[in-house]
Amino acid sequence: MKSQTIRRWSFIHTWSSLICTLFLLMLAITGLPLVFHHEIDHLLGDAPQIREMPADTPRMDLQQLVKAAEAHRPGEVVQYFGWDEDEPNGMYAFMGKTAGGDPNDTHTFMLDSRTGEAVETPSANGGFMMVMLRLHVDMYAGLPGKLLLAFMGLLFVLAIISGVVLYAPFMRRLDFATVRPNKSTRVRWLDLHNLIGVVTLTWAFVVGLTGVLNACADLVIAQWRNDALAAMVAPYQNAPPLTDRAPATRLLDIAKQTVPGTEPSFIAFPGTRFSSEHHYAVFMKGSTHLTSHLLTPVLIDASDLKVTAIVNSPWYLDALLLSQPLHFGDYGGMPMKILWGILDVLTIIVLGSGLYLWWVRRRAAATVNVREAVQAT
Amino acid sequence: MTRHKKHPAFWKTFGKPTWIALLTAAGLFAALLGDGAWDVLSWIGMGIPAWLSIKGLMVRRRA
Repeated sequence: MKSQTIRRWSFIHTWSSLICTLFLLMLAITGLPLVFHHEIDHLLGDAPQIREMPADTPRMDLQQLVKAAEAHRPGEVVQYFGWDEDEPNGMYAFMGKTAGGDPNDTHTFMLDSRTGEAVETPSANGGFMMVMLRLHVDMYAGLPGKLLLAFMGLLFVLAIISGVVLYAPFMRRLDFATVRPNKSTRVRWLDLHNLIGVVTLTWAFVVGLTGVLNACADLVIAQWRNDALAAMVAPYQNAPPLTDRAPATRLLDIAKQTVPGTEPSFIAFPGTRFSSEHHYAVFMKGSTHLTSHLLTPVLIDASDLKVTAIVNSPWYLDALLLSQPLHFGDYGGMPMKILWGILDVLTIIVLGSGLYLWWVRRRAAATVNVREAVQAT
Repeated sequence: MTRHKKHPAFWKTFGKPTWIALLTAAGLFAALLGDGAWDVLSWIGMGIPAWLSIKGLMVRRRA
């Protein structure tokens, strides 16, 4: 590689990294507890505890659960009901002042599906883990915050690519994984930066890119609303506002009949971001391992419970949904979470050592400059 | 393997990193497909970079 080429790539690597490093450090640090949020919730006693009851205890129907939720939070409406594989006897309820209100003002809790009893989930509404999540997702700055982080993620990807290019000249005379033990601190950290950087490459690349995709989720969902959903609800455009909403009781049966072989993931009540003013939307997930990450929304008329349509899932929505596990690291059991945590810490080390290497180089250059200046006088 | 002969310098530097990168990618994808053996594949794919990095960090300085 020509020295001119190396200098150019070095410039790209230095500046793409420097600009994103502080944000990436913040993301890596806040991401660490988020990987283990389930375990931390259990440890802090924030995980919802559903009471033990005989296995054959009958379940309440969905409309009864809606009533139970409304009784728990008077003056609010149900936005979503969601299911979690870890708690077959419970279900998450999301409520707010209005159906289409700001997601950050939504109150989340669990409902016992057999008794309708509300069990609070404090970490979903505030506290330490919520601070970590908000910092990680948008730095409390809404969509501009998300897009800024998406841009930082793209710079991170550029830093990885330029880092791989620079790996070649640095490693020309060295064997793979060499950490020279008898050189200066700077050389040791240079070797470690190269080694850890190159072996964690795929992971950092995948987590970085899927993070960028997730940061653009709002745009992806807006696009889906304007595109796939709008086409399906077009006939309702001039319909009068919904007054008598049909009970939610049979929503799951209807959705299961419409898309056999699927399981419920969540229900969006009329007027939310994931439904229309005139529809319930039941989001069904596939029953195989891979398709369990993908969703099929069934649009059900909220006045007569007739199925209006199965909204097709465009490729960009599937891409967003498949990118989520790849960003969260929650799809391969506890060993995967631990490895995710280790790789996250290793990324912090790569970022930190990169910053350190830039700093000592800069100081060395300044010293040389001073010396030259002194000699010149 | 003709490329191997054509660009020995390239593969000397990037041979092992390429294998590791492919293994990690396979691991990340494998766990999406199923549990059990698929999960184990992902642990191997991510375990190798983690182990190599920690081994590097353990190298003691000799003055």
